[in-house]
Amino acid sequence: MSALFEARGLSKSFPGVRALSRVDFELRPGEVHALMGQNGAGKSTLVRIITGAERADGGEMLLAGAGYSPGSVHEAQLAGVAAVHQEVGLIPRLSVAENLLLGRLPRKWHGIDWRAARARAREMLAPFGLDIDVARPLAEFPVAVRQLATIARAIARDCRVLVLDEPTSSLHGRGVATLFGVVRGLRARGVAIVFITHFLDQVHVISDRITILRNGERVGTWEAGSLSRVELVSQMLGRTLVAAPMADRAAAEGGQRCDSVLRIRGLARAGVLAPLDLEVGRGEVVGFAGLLGSGRTEAAELIIGVRNRGAGTVEVHGRPVPAGSPRAAIDAGLGLCPEDRQADGIIPGLSVADNITLVARRGLARWGFVSRRAERALARRLAGELGVKAANLDVPMRTLSGGNQQKALLARWLANAPEVLILDEPMRGVDVGGKAEIERQIAGLARAGMGVVLISGEIDEIARRSDRAVVFRDRRAVGVIARDGLTEDALVRAMAGGEGGRE
Amino acid sequence: MSAAARLARDVWARPESRAGLALVLMLLAAAVFTPHFADLEWRDGRLFGAMIDILRNGAPVVLLSVGMTLVIAAGGIDLSVGSLMALGGAVAALLITTAGWPAPAAALAGIAVAGVAGAVNGLMVSWVGLQPIVATLVMLVAARGAGQALAADQKVRFSGGVIEDLARGAWLGLPMPVYVAGAAALIAAGAVRWTLLGPALHAAGENPRAARLCGIRVRGVWMLTYITSGVLAGVAGLIAAGDIGEADTANCGLYLELDAILAVVIGGTSLTGGRAILAGSVLGALLMQTLTVMLQMNGVPSEQALVVKAVVVLAVAVARSPGAAEGWRRFRARRGVPRVEEAPS
Repeated sequence: MSALFEARGLSKSFPGVRALSRVDFELRPGEVHALMGQNGAGKSTLVRIITGAERADGGEMLLAGAGYSPGSVHEAQLAGVAAVHQEVGLIPRLSVAENLLLGRLPRKWHGIDWRAARARAREMLAPFGLDIDVARPLAEFPVAVRQLATIARAIARDCRVLVLDEPTSSLHGRGVATLFGVVRGLRARGVAIVFITHFLDQVHVISDRITILRNGERVGTWEAGSLSRVELVSQMLGRTLVAAPMADRAAAEGGQRCDSVLRIRGLARAGVLAPLDLEVGRGEVVGFAGLLGSGRTEAAELIIGVRNRGAGTVEVHGRPVPAGSPRAAIDAGLGLCPEDRQADGIIPGLSVADNITLVARRGLARWGFVSRRAERALARRLAGELGVKAANLDVPMRTLSGGNQQKALLARWLANAPEVLILDEPMRGVDVGGKAEIERQIAGLARAGMGVVLISGEIDEIARRSDRAVVFRDRRAVGVIARDGLTEDALVRAMAGGEGGRE
Repeated sequence: MSAAARLARDVWARPESRAGLALVLMLLAAAVFTPHFADLEWRDGRLFGAMIDILRNGAPVVLLSVGMTLVIAAGGIDLSVGSLMALGGAVAALLITTAGWPAPAAALAGIAVAGVAGAVNGLMVSWVGLQPIVATLVMLVAARGAGQALAADQKVRFSGGVIEDLARGAWLGLPMPVYVAGAAALIAAGAVRWTLLGPALHAAGENPRAARLCGIRVRGVWMLTYITSGVLAGVAGLIAAGDIGEADTANCGLYLELDAILAVVIGGTSLTGGRAILAGSVLGALLMQTLTVMLQMNGVPSEQALVVKAVVVLAVAVARSPGAAEGWRRFRARRGVPRVEEAPS
């Protein structure tokens, strides 16, 4: 079958990063093509180039045999290439009909023909099994409806290539089935569909072919039936499955399960995380493994209380930690070094020193007054221990490089000496030397008796550094791998789950 | 680079320096163009002169801008302070005239009412989740309305010992309001510098999500800033009322919230939250007052004075804008001055 769309040797660089490196990508008419890869693999860059949001530095694209290089999203749409991102491009206060037909509202001599508009909108939604009052504002409807509306709007245009970027992230059971029904209908009409998801269960249900990207390069393209789920995951992660013996984790370090510091029972929240039980002992490093969106980060957020838990208990040394209060969790001896440094971590305009002491200064204060000298000494000591490189500690945090910001955030939590520290992707965006330094710190902390929860999408980090790993998949802890069996191989298998889809 | 040059560079790098320079330039301009501007006279055990008037009459705006700085640093804004001045003054005056309260008790009650109104602002923002501009705009309307209703739309004349002393008295040659406003500014600056408040304020303003994750009670911080702003507005209201011996609910503090916000802008505190630069705000407030006094002394009608004020504020704001910084960099680059590495802002 000849290709409907073809990209050859696409490359794209951003300052300091090579986002795409000579990637080939081909779409046949009437296929659902899953595009898979970890965070930063290059999926979104590829999609942005295809849909005209970004121009490639090198390479060429063909659409239906003719040269194709859209200069804008609009140009791409005119050529029949459209993308649906999560809830982008909708205006909540306008009615559903207006949203669906924006820019194409039917007219009469005196203005807009609302009756025709409503009829047309209802027609557009019919394939989705949505029978709603299209005259009402979009904001009144649940997220799932909004998401389906975005898709309805995109496919109403004459589209030949449709990119669905995480279309199911806010849909549940029936919504997913409906969406897949629509996708199959489009496929039958000859539309080529690019499907991006982090739900492994859905990939084999809907896709015909699978292309995997890793570190900006194409790993390969497979017929969906010929790629097992375990292979899929191991290709995404870049691990070949050989039973690797435990590598360099020193067996001597306090392996015996001593008194547990953190005890979690039935921690859950609807739509976020299925009930989780967990114990973390003194000096123990517990890994949270799982792909993006698997629930690993959500579990941490529920433990620390940034998100309110729906059910369950969290105890530190047997004392319950109240729900929904990071402050109470911190006072109980917990800490969370978050995944998204920019959004949840740094205070960009505050000095590096104050960023480091932001948590610990409460402990330094007497009657609310803080000794500037003690604070400075603390900041200087931790910045030195972690090797934070800054012109001086008074410069604003935003002037530091990503890796140094990460070290400073780690310093912020170490300054407070928590009983259990949760580190979410502590090594992301850190150079090799910094990684080694942070890994050494984690090992040192555990030796000193701190419990550590290490969250990572990099399975070698988990395998190398943890005493035990909890594996997450589809918003659920699906298994615990004890130290003896903790290999990359075992992790990949657990992350991928059984061959058959669940449910 | 010599030690003196380095000191000069460090001082210039401080955010309040630009406001200080603007104030000095304004004072020089006033001294040049206004006869008797620089005159100071010692009479009845106190100083008199245009510059003393600036300090004295500027005290209410300084008080408001101190509160405003805290609110803005924490990521909010308080439009209600002018109305809270009127409300606080009216409550104190009415308690003296109709209820026969002693002046000190009435004064405290006026301040307390303004503080409670500030707490309502805080509740609306922190717990109800209203946008600060909406919540305090509602309070702007409500507080002046309540004050006028209480006073039956009349000016309330009163003779209140403590309140009058506070507004018109002098100590060591300087008017009392100067000490009140100075104390408020110093206490606030000290709290920002030496207590848990400073970084918490900055964090809550610039990145509330991260602040919460660090165990900072972001809502509590917001509450505190709005209450402080309300209390200081109440004090400013007492000074304004005591100064003329009557509570004028229709005009007291009218548009002063704008002067306070402009003072904060001139002072260099970012309107999107972040570091609280109190010294800058105080200098900014004094700059506004200098301008007012200078225009008055030159006989410029008040309606034209507003336009001049607007031009000056615009000039200061443009001078510290990113666009102006970029233009300056290009200008220097064209003249071959080596580019200095600067932090992205």
